[in-house]
Amino acid sequence: MSINGKKIDKLGDNISDSLFEFAQFDNKEAEKTGYSNYSYWKSTWNSFIKHKVAFLLLILVIGILAFTMIQPFLPYQKSPTEIYINAGTNLQDKNVAPSAEFWFGTNSIGQDLWARIWSGTRTSLLIGFAVGIFEAIVGIFIGALWGYVRKLDVIITQIYNVIDNIPTTIILILMTYILRPSISTIIFALCLTGWLQMARFVRNQIIIIRDREYNLASRCLGTPTRRIIFKNLLPYLVSVIMLRMALAIPTAIGSEVFLTYIGLGLPVSIPSLGNLVNEGRILMMTPTLRYQLNFPSVVISIITIAFYVIGNTFADAADPKNHV
Amino acid sequence: MIKYLFKRIGQSIFTLLIIITVVFLLLRLMPEEGYLGTNADKMSDIQKETILNNLGLRDPIIVQLGKFYKNIVTGDLGKSITYRPDVKVSTILAQKIPYSLCFGLVAIGLALVFGVSMGIIMARSKNSIFDKLGTGYIVIINAVPAAVYYLVIQLYLTNTLKLPILFDKSNFMSWILPAISMSLGNTAGYAMWMRRYMVDELNSDYVKLARAKGLSEKNIMVNHVLRNAFVPMAQYLPASILYTIAGSIYIESLYSIPGMGGLLVDAIQRQDNPLVQGLVIIYSSLGILGLILGDIAMTLADPRIKLEKSGGGR
Repeated sequence: MSINGKKIDKLGDNISDSLFEFAQFDNKEAEKTGYSNYSYWKSTWNSFIKHKVAFLLLILVIGILAFTMIQPFLPYQKSPTEIYINAGTNLQDKNVAPSAEFWFGTNSIGQDLWARIWSGTRTSLLIGFAVGIFEAIVGIFIGALWGYVRKLDVIITQIYNVIDNIPTTIILILMTYILRPSISTIIFALCLTGWLQMARFVRNQIIIIRDREYNLASRCLGTPTRRIIFKNLLPYLVSVIMLRMALAIPTAIGSEVFLTYIGLGLPVSIPSLGNLVNEGRILMMTPTLRYQLNFPSVVISIITIAFYVIGNTFADAADPKNHV
Repeated sequence: MIKYLFKRIGQSIFTLLIIITVVFLLLRLMPEEGYLGTNADKMSDIQKETILNNLGLRDPIIVQLGKFYKNIVTGDLGKSITYRPDVKVSTILAQKIPYSLCFGLVAIGLALVFGVSMGIIMARSKNSIFDKLGTGYIVIINAVPAAVYYLVIQLYLTNTLKLPILFDKSNFMSWILPAISMSLGNTAGYAMWMRRYMVDELNSDYVKLARAKGLSEKNIMVNHVLRNAFVPMAQYLPASILYTIAGSIYIESLYSIPGMGGLLVDAIQRQDNPLVQGLVIIYSSLGILGLILGDIAMTLADPRIKLEKSGGGR
């Protein structure tokens, strides 16, 4: 047996008087045990970038976002709505295959597909972000009330049951059928159903958390409900809120494509990814014109998959249980 | 159980009543041209008024609503206006429902078989190449708009597999692609849930105990893990019905299947209000029915779940 490298034979060998002095209070030493350099957002970020695919997709999405913003201001860009006339024949440049002049070709009336795809991406992302933000605000607000104010529980549960019983697609179709198709109509129709899932999740979490001891203590000390909701409860919900917001974008894009197909989408004058897919679908039986379906489909797939994977990975990373 | 069931059905009927009322009132907001038929331009104002009067659209809204309830109870959903003028909506639907029902049931059946087995394979060989391929499939199906991959399937698979591109009742080959396309989304859903629960269950203490006492891996799977994993499967049933409804609207129209989904698209494009109204009510009832079925299936799969409210609730 040895202590500090010194071999000891008898138990009493290592005992000295210094062991029996009173310990002095040292602030630095005391801090050592309580201190941890854990930071929530830093840990979230660290576990996010461990997932390489998601990290690459995040860079890709940031790139795409930046590009859709600056694309109209770059040189050699064409207008998404202008119909191009061939100078030689004086006819419209209909269905021109991808070339140096028209990078992604032109559509059936002679508009530049490259410009239309990026303009459409802007429209679709605008719808997605608007729906995501609205969903988060309304969903969290109603969910917090629903979970926290017991008197409202029965009423909101009934409203939830009624809306949740109708297939989302049917609500979407009905709303866009009644209102005139436009960007705001689609946003409205998507928001009408979108907040439900968020509200239900927030409510369930809050019911689990609200009676924990620290909330009981807060309530006893007279903290107002609003403050308890925002300071004690909401931080627990970050991961799922981010997930729902990230998933709102693929959902919104998908719904827009679907609505356009059944004839309730945006007017053709506003380029959107749904409109582009639909225009491509009409021509898809001619093999040489399939590029008009393929290009928008590929762009849609990349954007939706990227947001889906990023959303899921971020939700995992934002969950403190997964922080090491 | 029976008491609960009655309460549950009563609640569903109440929900349905609200939906019917809201749908009815919302459709009253539509422009009246929808009720005038195809040659509205040539009519004089008096003719238009006569048609609207005959349809009862000039009555007070409460009277209209009362009439509407009474008609629905007797199964009368009004008459189509533009789709097939003056044919009863219920007659049109009666011809369409068998196709939709057939495709829907086949699609859910396919999804159950493929999805559950896919989930089991993925969970048993976690982190293997199968697991990764399956996860990739689930991500793609969940993220990419169904409208896009249905189109890709119709366009490219019909070419490579030499299958017919449009539906034809008498040609069995033309049934294959629509049914498979319709099941893709639910396959991904079932596989995802099945994998997640299987992984959870396989790490749980009772499975470790079963292994420790020397039960065979097959015995553990069949008698312990699967039995527990079926509960969430039953829970997913209503969602899968809703999913199939959404898919059928698109697919039936894409392959020209003469079912309800394709009919809804046609009715919308022709602004046939009574037909849209009837279809929306039928689809909502289906959704509600699916939820009840899911709850019942859940109690059957897991005897621990009691649907009656037990004491001690807050």
